[in-house]
Amino acid sequence: MAIKSKPRVKAPSEAKAGEIIEIKTLISHEMESGQRKDSTGKPIPRAIINKFTAAFNGKTFFEADWFTSISANPYQAFFYKASETGEFTFTWKDDDGSEQTASAKLTVA
Amino acid sequence: MQLRSWTPSRRETMGLGLTAMLAAALAPHLVMATEEATAAELKKLYGDKPMAQGKIKLDLPEIAENGLVVPLNIDVESPMTEQDYVRAVHVFADGNPLPQVVTYKFTPQSGKAAASVRMRLAQTQNVVAVAEMSNGALFTAKAQVKVTIGGCGG
Repeated sequence: MAIKSKPRVKAPSEAKAGEIIEIKTLISHEMESGQRKDSTGKPIPRAIINKFTAAFNGKTFFEADWFTSISANPYQAFFYKASETGEFTFTWKDDDGSEQTASAKLTVA
Repeated sequence: MQLRSWTPSRRETMGLGLTAMLAAALAPHLVMATEEATAAELKKLYGDKPMAQGKIKLDLPEIAENGLVVPLNIDVESPMTEQDYVRAVHVFADGNPLPQVVTYKFTPQSGKAAASVRMRLAQTQNVVAVAEMSNGALFTAKAQVKVTIGGCGG
């Protein structure tokens, strides 16, 4: 199943240099585990988001490989040490090859 | 003194029946899950390298009422500098059909080797985390979560 809705990102827009900030993300996805069977007993094929990447100014600082044990509508929270003003890019990669991205700006005072 | 033998009430009988049915329905999934599967995954990653206890804080509920959404917070103690940081963290659920849950890759820019996610747990089981430090050292931690499936089986 393809990605259906816009991912949500909660990140502070301002931080002091050296401050460690928390970023929270949420995306709508069934995360079909491949373990379930449909009403006719046929296995439902696996369809999950298998990779989440967080980058700042193009440089990846956090990655999560998700497996089938991750809940539907996956939530991911993580941290970043602010050093300069720039932009976050978040990428979710689907099993079907599609990708969804989101971005957030950060100003470092 | 009168001895009274216990006879299950109608409600209790139904409860027992439901529990048995649920157990039967879930059984095929449960047998697939083993600690060996976790061990095999770890061996693929790190061979027979020794692992030390500690450094990892696994924050999990003791009892999860809904096995479909179990919050998992993980925090690994590290200064997170260029010389000394946590490179990767792997999380496994021993009792799931496929034990792998998540693999994190951190960098010094992460500031903190900590992350939160929500996972599925098929049954009461151990959750195992392994952290790989930038110098190659491995640490491990384990926590048990009791799962009350769908709030029906318990």
